[in-house]
Amino acid sequence: MPEIEYILGHLNYWLFTVLMMTGLYIVVAKGNLIKKIVGLNLFQSAVFMFYISLGKITGGTAPIFPLDMRIDPATVYTNPLPHVLILTGIVVGIATTSLGLALIVRIREEYNTIEEDEILGIEKELVAQENRTLGDAMGGRA
Amino acid sequence: MSAQALHTARTLSDHLPVLIIIIPFLAAPLTVLIGSRRLAWPIAFGAALSSFVISVLLLLRVLDSGVISYAIGGWLPPIGIEYRIDAANAFVLLLVSAIGTIVLPYTIQSIKSEIPERHHTLFYTMYLLCFTGLLGVVVTGDAFNVFVFLEVSSLSTYVLVAMGAQTDKRALTAAYDYLVMGTTGATFFVIGIGFIYAATGTLNMADIALYIQVHGTNRTLETAFAFIMVGMGLKAAVYPLHLWLPNAYTYAPSAVTSFIAGTATKVAIYVLLRFMFTIFQPDFLFEMHAVRWVMMPLAILAMFAASLIAVFQSDFKRMLAYSSIAQIGYILLGIGLLSTTGLTAAIVHLFNHGITKAALFMGVGALVLRSGSSFYAKIEGMGKVMPFTSFAIVIAGLSLIGVPGTAGFISKWVLVQAAIEQGYWPLALAIVGSSLLAIIYVWRVIETLYMKQPADGWVKQEAPLTMLVPLWIMAGATVWFGIDTELTMTAARTAADGLLHGFMAGGQ
Repeated sequence: MPEIEYILGHLNYWLFTVLMMTGLYIVVAKGNLIKKIVGLNLFQSAVFMFYISLGKITGGTAPIFPLDMRIDPATVYTNPLPHVLILTGIVVGIATTSLGLALIVRIREEYNTIEEDEILGIEKELVAQENRTLGDAMGGRA
Repeated sequence: MSAQALHTARTLSDHLPVLIIIIPFLAAPLTVLIGSRRLAWPIAFGAALSSFVISVLLLLRVLDSGVISYAIGGWLPPIGIEYRIDAANAFVLLLVSAIGTIVLPYTIQSIKSEIPERHHTLFYTMYLLCFTGLLGVVVTGDAFNVFVFLEVSSLSTYVLVAMGAQTDKRALTAAYDYLVMGTTGATFFVIGIGFIYAATGTLNMADIALYIQVHGTNRTLETAFAFIMVGMGLKAAVYPLHLWLPNAYTYAPSAVTSFIAGTATKVAIYVLLRFMFTIFQPDFLFEMHAVRWVMMPLAILAMFAASLIAVFQSDFKRMLAYSSIAQIGYILLGIGLLSTTGLTAAIVHLFNHGITKAALFMGVGALVLRSGSSFYAKIEGMGKVMPFTSFAIVIAGLSLIGVPGTAGFISKWVLVQAAIEQGYWPLALAIVGSSLLAIIYVWRVIETLYMKQPADGWVKQEAPLTMLVPLWIMAGATVWFGIDTELTMTAARTAADGLLHGFMAGGQ
């Protein structure tokens, strides 16, 4: 059956999509700031997987020349370029994660919570206070 | 460029495209290594100034002799990374490096009151990294390189925004939200690049463009286009994707806001332009529909909705943030018209709005230095207390509305021309209508500054000269570019021509 072949043949894309959507869902749906970062990580990792699977060529071997530099033209190599790109991508991902976690530490120091709805509550209170003292006749802050 | 040319001796001026990045990039860690608060500023200023000089040289050379292609490390494109500069990049480079340089003297006094002293050195490091990242996004001709530089600039912007935490702790959550949304946007962009690579097998922009020209489009490329538009739309704060912007601009330190408001979103729009017009050619039907039926309505929505929200703000800084979203609407409208005049309008507005907003946010920062807050209630009567600062704000405000004689007028005028040229007169009316809303929100500021009495005991005292001079340079520039449009219009028209009629001409 061509459909099953189609689905199995694109297995890496299906897995990538599922992982990516899981990550994005966590970012959107979870209220805990750390869980959001975890979701973001999952989302980014899915994209890394996608790139890495792009470079795979059926039957391909590691793209390393033999020491004597005698290359058999029949050898198929996998494409190393996506892997190199993702090395950069991983570095960016680590930087993002650590910065996000550092921000969470500071947020916890200031707000004493890392739950989004509690933070929003505190900020709402701050805005209401500002409006009482500084808001003006035109209806305050929109 | 032939392989032979690479082996001939190169002069320093051949390396300008890479020097503009390398100088600030190396200066950034240098400020940390030296670790002296007193030396950090001169290093940063020297690096920014040299980038500015280089960008002027590059613009003159591009206008004179066409596209410049630079192969990094001598690895020829499309294998190696190419820096490719045409009129569009050169013009945006000039905008970014000019604002980055002019804002720097302003930071000295401004951060003294807004950022804890132990962070001052790191502030300049982050500033330089952000500056480098933004320039890098613009200068590069390699699609993946765009992502890398984009993240360099974004990560440092998150830190810069979070540095506002001393004044208001909401800077932290603003930075966190910006981080989550910005990273999502950047990741969408990477997915798009991945699809392009899967379909074309290359990452060099000119090479991808050539491939699409020869082989036509397919579903993978269309998906890539959609991912890139959404990802960059997030970074550019295109209307429904703008949610990170108001808080980030409001709670970031004033100096940071003046810098990023004039540059970060503009650079994202430049990337949108590059991908829409150079890589995916506009005769590509799918893109035409996307632009006409998605981008234009969103642009008009932004012009009205964001302006209307701006009218009802009671905080000057937050009002300006919403007005930025509305102004991005004008730029997108110009792009959406898909004509040379429309694109010229978009690019000119990108520049003019950049300098106008930088001037306004610098003005707010100077007021905040005295009053401690940018709420209208706190800055009442400042026109009498700080006359020079207030007058600069008025001039930049007039440019925001688009009063004749200011830069804002020029770009709106060209935009109206572009709309009428295509027979879309309701669009011309919409532009005028949205400008009326701008009159209201700018008038509220003028009323607050000049027609209210200052609080008791406030003596007339201006902002320090290091803030006043950059502010007046920017405000002066909005008038200058409103009267002498030679430079901006020529550069923008050449850029628009280059984008619409092929990146391929010239250069190689």
